[in-house]
Amino acid sequence: MLGYIWLFMIAASFVCSVINGRTDILAQAVTEGADKAVNLLISMAGVMCLWTGIMRIAEKSGITKGMSKLLSPVLGKLMPDYTSDSKAMQAVCANITANILGLGNAATPFGIRAMKEMQSANRLHDRPNASMIMFVVINTASIQLIPATAAALRQAAGSSDPYLILPYVWITSAAALLIGIFFTKFFEKIWGLRNG
Amino acid sequence: MDKIGVYAVPFIIVLTVVFGAVKKVDLFESFREGAKDGIGSLISIAPSIIGLVIAVNMLSASGFFDMVCSFLSPVCSAVGIPPEILPLGLIRPVSGSGSFAVLSSILDTYGADSFIGRAASVMSGSTETTFYAVAVYYGAAGIKKSGYTVPAALIADFSSMLISVMAVKYL
Repeated sequence: MLGYIWLFMIAASFVCSVINGRTDILAQAVTEGADKAVNLLISMAGVMCLWTGIMRIAEKSGITKGMSKLLSPVLGKLMPDYTSDSKAMQAVCANITANILGLGNAATPFGIRAMKEMQSANRLHDRPNASMIMFVVINTASIQLIPATAAALRQAAGSSDPYLILPYVWITSAAALLIGIFFTKFFEKIWGLRNG
Repeated sequence: MDKIGVYAVPFIIVLTVVFGAVKKVDLFESFREGAKDGIGSLISIAPSIIGLVIAVNMLSASGFFDMVCSFLSPVCSAVGIPPEILPLGLIRPVSGSGSFAVLSSILDTYGADSFIGRAASVMSGSTETTFYAVAVYYGAAGIKKSGYTVPAALIADFSSMLISVMAVKYL
């Protein structure tokens, strides 16, 4: 997939540079881009590591477990095919908590475990049940407390206040999440894929 | 509203560290472990970032984005999205590293604190790489059909694009 996108980007930039008479700048843009990429990675490393470090402290101090417990009843309502003490729901809660705290490296293994557990009790076998779809849709929406990557990129671009976006991100992601959940429920009503 | 971010960041850091101390967590060792993880993920995404930043920089230099913007501006203004952030909206659900490169190019071109720069930052912070999540999770469960997952997720992605612009404009 990414291979095609990359091909498209490079081919389109060549075609456009010919149309716009900018082929001479294109060669320069290649080396400049390589340089930019490395500078970008270095200048955002500090901010990224700050947050992965802080969130590791949160994880170790039991904040993640507490948050997981708080979320459990809500997520149980959204994924009624599984009981809240099931292994599947425990992994679901751990995954979503890790996502909220921006622990991307921890979130994915929990999410994969959640899907495997959910699949083992899925009576539709080759199709996801409504709870599995709900789980994946929630995972495609962002629910991060600190959008560390965006903040780090803003920092690298010389923003006077990289974290200015925080409240806007919270509002936007919460609204988008609710819309996603609403449409998941709505499609479920129309195309219903209940477990059994 | 703008002050919230300024207070939230030190508040979250102090709260986490103090709570960690109360819970007798080995603070600096934990921070070090987490930060090491951060370095690890940066190194693992570095090759994609380099490849994609080069490609986006080529697109930008070739005038591609200007052409797309002028071509799509009637559609965008009808929906209320600045055409400058549309490329970000298109690549965001498909590729994390790609949207990273596009966001960085938008921030460089228009300024991180400009309206377009802020809206683009909010948008990229409020959505995930939808197709990646769908592929990874259904792949893990061994499911090939995804039902209505993608339509529901894309509606949410599109909404977040609209809401991020409105939030930055009106709040």
